[in-house]
Parts: sequence; structure tokens; C-alpha cells
Amino acid sequence: MNLFMTLVLALTTFLPQQAQQQDDKARQGTYAITNARIETVANGTIENGTVVIEGDRIIAVGENVAIPESARVIDGSGLHIYPGMIDSGTSLGLTEVGSVAETNDTREIGDINPHMDALTAVNPNAIAIPVTRVSGVTTVIAEPSGGLLPGTAAMINLFGYTAEQMTAGAKSVIVQFPAEPSGDRPWWAQEGPDRRQERYRNNMAKLNEVFDRAVLYNQIVSAYEADPTGKERPVYAPEMDALRPVLSGEVSLMVKVNAADDIVKAIAWVQEREFPNVVFSGVNEGWRVADRLAEAGIPVLVGPILATPTRSSDRYDRAYANAGLLSEAGVSVALRSGESENVRQLPFNAGFAATYGMGKEAALRAVTLGPAEIFGIDADYGSIEVGKKANLFVSDGDPFETSTNILALFIDGFNVPIDSRHLDLYQEFLNRDEGRLQPVEILPADN
Amino acid sequence: MNNTIRLFLIALLTVGFLTSDAHAQDVLVRNATVLTVTNGTLQNTDILIRDGIIAQIGSGLRAPRGAEDVDATGKFVMPGIIDAHAHIALSSVNEGTSPVTAEVSMEDVTNPYSLGIYRASAGGVTVSHIMHGSANVIGGQNETIKHRWGATDPDDIRFDGAPRTIKFALGENPTRVHGRRASGGSGAIVPATRMGVEQVLRSAFENGKRYMEAWDAYNAEASTNPRAVPPVWNERLEVMADILRGEILIHCHSYRADEIVMLTRVLGDYGVDRITFQHANEAFKVAPELAEFGAHASVFSDWWSYKFEVYYSTSYNAAILMRNGVVTSINSDSAELNRHLYHEAAKSQRYGGLTDDEALSMITINPAIQLGIQDRVGSIEIGKDGDIAIFEGHPLSIYTIPVLTYVDGVKVFDRENDADDMRVDVDPSAEVGQYEGQVTGRDHMHSHEEVADLMSFFQSVADVDLPHAHTVND
Repeated sequence: MNLFMTLVLALTTFLPQQAQQQDDKARQGTYAITNARIETVANGTIENGTVVIEGDRIIAVGENVAIPESARVIDGSGLHIYPGMIDSGTSLGLTEVGSVAETNDTREIGDINPHMDALTAVNPNAIAIPVTRVSGVTTVIAEPSGGLLPGTAAMINLFGYTAEQMTAGAKSVIVQFPAEPSGDRPWWAQEGPDRRQERYRNNMAKLNEVFDRAVLYNQIVSAYEADPTGKERPVYAPEMDALRPVLSGEVSLMVKVNAADDIVKAIAWVQEREFPNVVFSGVNEGWRVADRLAEAGIPVLVGPILATPTRSSDRYDRAYANAGLLSEAGVSVALRSGESENVRQLPFNAGFAATYGMGKEAALRAVTLGPAEIFGIDADYGSIEVGKKANLFVSDGDPFETSTNILALFIDGFNVPIDSRHLDLYQEFLNRDEGRLQPVEILPADN
Repeated sequence: MNNTIRLFLIALLTVGFLTSDAHAQDVLVRNATVLTVTNGTLQNTDILIRDGIIAQIGSGLRAPRGAEDVDATGKFVMPGIIDAHAHIALSSVNEGTSPVTAEVSMEDVTNPYSLGIYRASAGGVTVSHIMHGSANVIGGQNETIKHRWGATDPDDIRFDGAPRTIKFALGENPTRVHGRRASGGSGAIVPATRMGVEQVLRSAFENGKRYMEAWDAYNAEASTNPRAVPPVWNERLEVMADILRGEILIHCHSYRADEIVMLTRVLGDYGVDRITFQHANEAFKVAPELAEFGAHASVFSDWWSYKFEVYYSTSYNAAILMRNGVVTSINSDSAELNRHLYHEAAKSQRYGGLTDDEALSMITINPAIQLGIQDRVGSIEIGKDGDIAIFEGHPLSIYTIPVLTYVDGVKVFDRENDADDMRVDVDPSAEVGQYEGQVTGRDHMHSHEEVADLMSFFQSVADVDLPHAHTVND
């Protein structure tokens, strides 16, 4: 029996009322998934329990919970319920086809663009969104890229028709921390070491100037807001305005940094500037300075995990082991795929991190409750608890395992169909010609 | 000759002797779960490799004197993984100067020092098909190598006896490199369209055929007429003639279903029947036609949407092809993906429900068939090369760890004992431990693949401050 038939059977057997409706529409309502193994993440595992969903929220979780009469009951016997996975670094929704510039909205003109808001440019109907969510990833950070301050990343849920329906609340202003060039010029590099050093110093100076100005702008505007009398209204500077919530800590600052030396410099930089709400992203060489990160108390968004080591002299599995070593050192870790159309690799990245030292439990946390806490949305996301958003999925096993199938999916309480272009093409082409009576001959050359 | 020099030379000869001896090793792997691929799974089984060849498979086998003894209790042994599409161990990749460059060969640019060889072997990969790039409709000839890490002579990593293969390329890459040269201005040449690609192919085959016929006529005449005049030698047409003679296997970079069928049509007209479509993201749409022609497919597990011609593709491609009877492999095309081809193959269980043996066949016996080396490698059978990979945990599980890899019975990877720094070639003037940045499969698809030029791939690897066509990753 092929997967599609398995899926069809699974859905029709455990979603009888849904099947009777004969439509593919994602619907909110009252649902009860019974007799399933529930991985709550927040409160351990319930071996045989029920989750009740009403509207956009989880209203009951446990071994003995009352099932509302109106509930559609889904028999979860032999199945597993997990919180929807969160990817802490993607460009999903901002790009459709990699090489076609017109379909890419990740990079704005200029270097200083904190006011460029990813949420604005996310295409709710990107083909990659359903392709992603059927893997159990329900929520992602969508990031602009390029320049020193590429823009403001947005946490989005992978179901909805507008930005308002998709937002998961959190935003984060990105800083691409300048990487100090090291060593000789590689043979393929176009610039010599002096020029690269100069460019690095210029970028560092520019970054400091931006934040010096932001502090000053904030003081002037705050003073004006407190008492405008007798003051000239400050000129509107959108990029400076976008940094005000970063200075207040209302919005986090996401510092992209990878090499060990740069991480150390970035720690000093954020401490000197006393940013109240900082996360580091990428952090390829975090393992080299894990204790420094732990001491600084800076959470990290690590990944991609499926990557080569950062140095030829490094052990072959360093990228696989990075997240585990950071976690072991006491750093708060969330995982990121760094992907666009293949964010569905997130559970596999987590699986590799788990295998190479992090362990399954910590890896699961790093794609659920971990990032929810880091981004301050853990009241709504990241675990299966009463009162949280109903972002969860039902699977026939461990979602990190490649052989596992995701059988049902809820985002914001919507029972989202397990459907995507990839599944549609499978359905159409597995037995392409079964409706045809005569085979078709390949054309002769002169035709 | 003074004594010191003499002793030194003797020492050198001795080292040379020991080194060459180490290439024919005896190994006894005991008590493993053996995934033979062609003959099911054997529990609690021993494998004896003698002189680099699998000599015995059974239980209670005895180790010959001096053989390496490996207790594989609780571990899994599978055939060494074969990557049918790689660009490791090459010092250059694309002769992107003409739509047809059949005369160039990766044989001349094989680099045994490439760390990619070791890193791939750390993922259980023992054979790679290292290919010319996709800039030209008919690119250069490829090379099949064994991951004999530590060899310093390019000849020592070649897969002796492997058939010759050649790279073809259809679609966006050759039309962009040639047809949009100088933005489609005065520098542009055919092909700019898929129509042009077909005509480039037909001209090359027709000229090759005429060249071959001219030589056949000359050879026939020369036996009786000493004054017969030979045709003008042309290396490019020699290679085309060898393709027509069936001596060179075609591996064709391709994506769209229509261009795939087009090439089978052209090949059919010239009586060429051995073809593997590489990448072939839309092969699933013409799986019955490929099965009918006997064409093979070597695909990605799930890469798509990095360019327009892979927008309408599906991660179920491999499963659809396998279910339609097409010999299918999963390849890497990447110095990162090739480290976990077992995982790439495992995805076909989520995307299409393939069995364990079917999934494993796509990284072992099927790529071996596509490279014409299936009598030597690709399964665990008596008489085949001692290329094996040993895993902790089933290799199709996400939680598996490759722990030991052998090529011809020689250990090339040992997770427990290998040093962190496994480079063979270290530039003494280079800064110690320089940060180079990490590489992902995504970097490759989004930069290298885009410009059909591995040069930019190297740049994205190590020089993060160089500008990219568009930003990838970070």
C-alpha cells in the first residue's frame, strides 16, 4: 500500500465526519483527539490521553478529560500528538523560485533596513508553505537578508490568508554582525587582505554609528513625546524609528554571527551597548565559545545542522554536534533550517542534532518550547497545554524519523488538510496512464 | 652513492612497499546485521574480506593471520555507498566555452587531496562519480573514483575498469551560459532555447557518425590501399564516435519532462541506448517513457524550487520512478549532501513509502548499474570489492551513525580513532585553523547550480564577504 492510500485511509478512518463533508477546507471547530501518546514538551509524555481543541485553543489535555458533545472525535489509537514545530530561521514565504529575482523579496536596497518588515512581504499563498506544514512545521521565523541591518524578521504560522491571520506575534530586528577577515587571501578572492580589513572596519564603524544615532534619536523623540511644548517636532527617520523597540527591549535584536572570534566580539558589543533583548543566529562555531555564550546568557538560534565543518582542520561532524555542545554548556538553544522551500528539513536537522550529542528531548524542545520562550511567545506556542494555541500534529511515530508520516495537522485550531503540490503530483503521476487504453509511441525523428 | 642517501632510498622503497601492500587488506567483520541489498538482510553474520575482495559471508568465519578483526555486534553493515553525481576531488569542473566540449575530461583534473573524499567516506560513501559541470549541452567526460583516502597520485583513486561516462546538459544551464551570453546580445550563440539544445545534440551526433563512418571507410580501404588518406583527426568527434559505439555512458543533467523525452528521441535515432538522466526533477512525469526506453534516473531526494525548471517538481519523484520500473538512484551533487546519502535515501520512505531494500538500492546497486560497475560494487556478495560501511543503528534511521568505512578492505574512516584534522595536504604558509564558513546543500543548489560554475561554489564556501548574485543562507 502506498503512502497516499495510507494517508487517505488514515484520514477517512479517523476523521469520519470530516470525510463526509467532502471538502478540503481547513476548519476550526471542536475536536477531540483520543487515545494518543501526547508529547506535551512542557509536562512530559502522556502515554494514553486526549487533547480537546475549541476554536484556536487547546482546552483540555490529559488521560481523563471530558469530551464535549459537539466535538469531532479523532481516534488517535497508536498515534502520537506533538506540538507544531517552530523553525527559528528561514526565508519561507519571502521567496518563491530561488533564481527568479522577481519572486524574491528578501533583500531591499541599502545596508540599513530595520524598518523593512518581513511580515509585509510574506506571500500567504506561497507553494512552499503547504509543502512545509505537512511535515509538522507549523510556525517559522521569516527573515530578510543582505546588508548590515537587513530588516525585521517575523514569526508566522503556516496557515492563513493575510499577514494578520498568519502572525505569531514575535518580531526581531536583524543585525548581520561584520565578520572580521582572517588569514591570507584565498586564491579565488578578488580582494587582498588590506582591502577586506578596511571594509570590515568600515562596517563595524557604520554599525556603531547606526546605534549611536538610534540612541540619540530615541532620546529626542522620547523627550518630544513626553512634552512637545516649545519643541520642534523631530524629523521622521523610519530606520531609526524601527530601532526604538529594540532599545527598549520590546523587540529582540537578532545578531547573525558565525565565526568564534566574531561571536566573542559580538558578545562584547551587545553587552557594551546594553541591549535588553538579544539572540544570536547562525552561530556555526558556537561550540568553540559555548562557555562564553552561556556566561553571557544569550540564547542562540543554531543551524543549519546539516552542514560541513567551518574549518578544514575541524572534525567532520562539528556542525552536527554544535547544537548539542551549546546545549550541554547551558546555552538556551533553538534550531533553524536556514531554508526557504525546504523548511521541511527542520525535523531532520533536529534528528541529526539529537544523534550527535543533543539527545531527542533537548532537540524536540529546541524546535518547540525553546524558540517560543526565546521569542516570548510561550504563553501561546511551543507545547501542548491548556490555554495554548492549537498548533499541533498527529503522526504515526517520531517526527524526526524519515519513515514517519504526519497524518493530521492543526494550526490556530484549523484542521489543515494534509495536502501540497508535492502530494498532488504524486497522486497524479504515480499511475499516470491508468485511464488510457492505448500506449503512446515516441515520435519518429522526422515528425 | 653515500650511505646516508642509500639508506634513505631503501627506507623510501620500504615505505612505498608497505603502502602499496596496505591496499590489499584482509578484514573479518563479525556478528553484524548485514544489509546485502541484493540478497536481503542477514542476522548475526560475518563477512571476510581477503585481498580487498569479499571472500566469504557466513557465521563462525575464521580470521586469516594478520587480518583486521572487527566486532560488529549490534551494528549494521551495508555496501559502500555510491554517489552517482559528485564534484568533489576536482580542481576544475566546467569547460564552459562551447556548447560541445566532449574532448575534455575530469581525468585530467582529479585531485586526490580533496578533503571532500574523506568527509564523504565519513558518511559511508566509497565511490563517487565526479562529473563535468552543466554549462554545455555536451560537456566533458567524467571520472569514477574510489575513496582511497591518503592516496596522493590521481591514478590511485580511479576506479579501474569503470566504463567511461560523459556529461550532457539540457535546459536552463546551457541556454543561459551560451544563449544569454552578453545578456543575449552579440556574444550569444545557440542554444538559447530547448529547440536549440536539440539541434546542438543532433549536429554533434550526426558529425560524430560521419566521422566514424569516414574512419571505418578509411580503415577498410587501408587494408588494401597503402596510399589511402585518413580523415583529419578530431578528438571531439572521436568521443562522439565512442558514444555511438556504446563505449561511453551518457549522464545527462536535465529537469523538464519534455527535454528528457527529446533526448531519448535523439538517442533512439542514433541507436544509443545507455543513458542516465541526472537530477531529472520532472522524470516522474514521463516515468513510463523512461521505463520503455530503458533509461535510468539519478535524482535528488527533495530539492526543488531553486530555479524555475524545478518549480513543478515533487519529493515523490524517486518513488514514482521506482514504482514505474525505472532504475533510480539518489545522488548528492553536493559536498554536504554526500555526507548523508543514507539519510537522503531514507526520505523516500516518507515520500512514497519505499521498502528498506528499495531505499538502500538507490544509493548502492542502482547507481552501480548506472555507472556500469555493478559486477564489482553495490551489494554485499562474494567476489565483489571489499567496499563496506558499518553503522550504529539502521542506516535508514535518522539516529544512525556511520562508524567505519572500508574501501577494498582498507579502513578509510574510523569514527572512534580518526584525528579531528584529517587533511593530507596542508599549506604550511596558511594560517592555522582559518574560519572558512560552513557549506550546506542549499548553498550548492542556490549558487553553484545557478551559475553552472563550480567557481562560485568555492567562493561561497570560503569567502563569505564576496557578493553573491542573490544572498543565500546568511
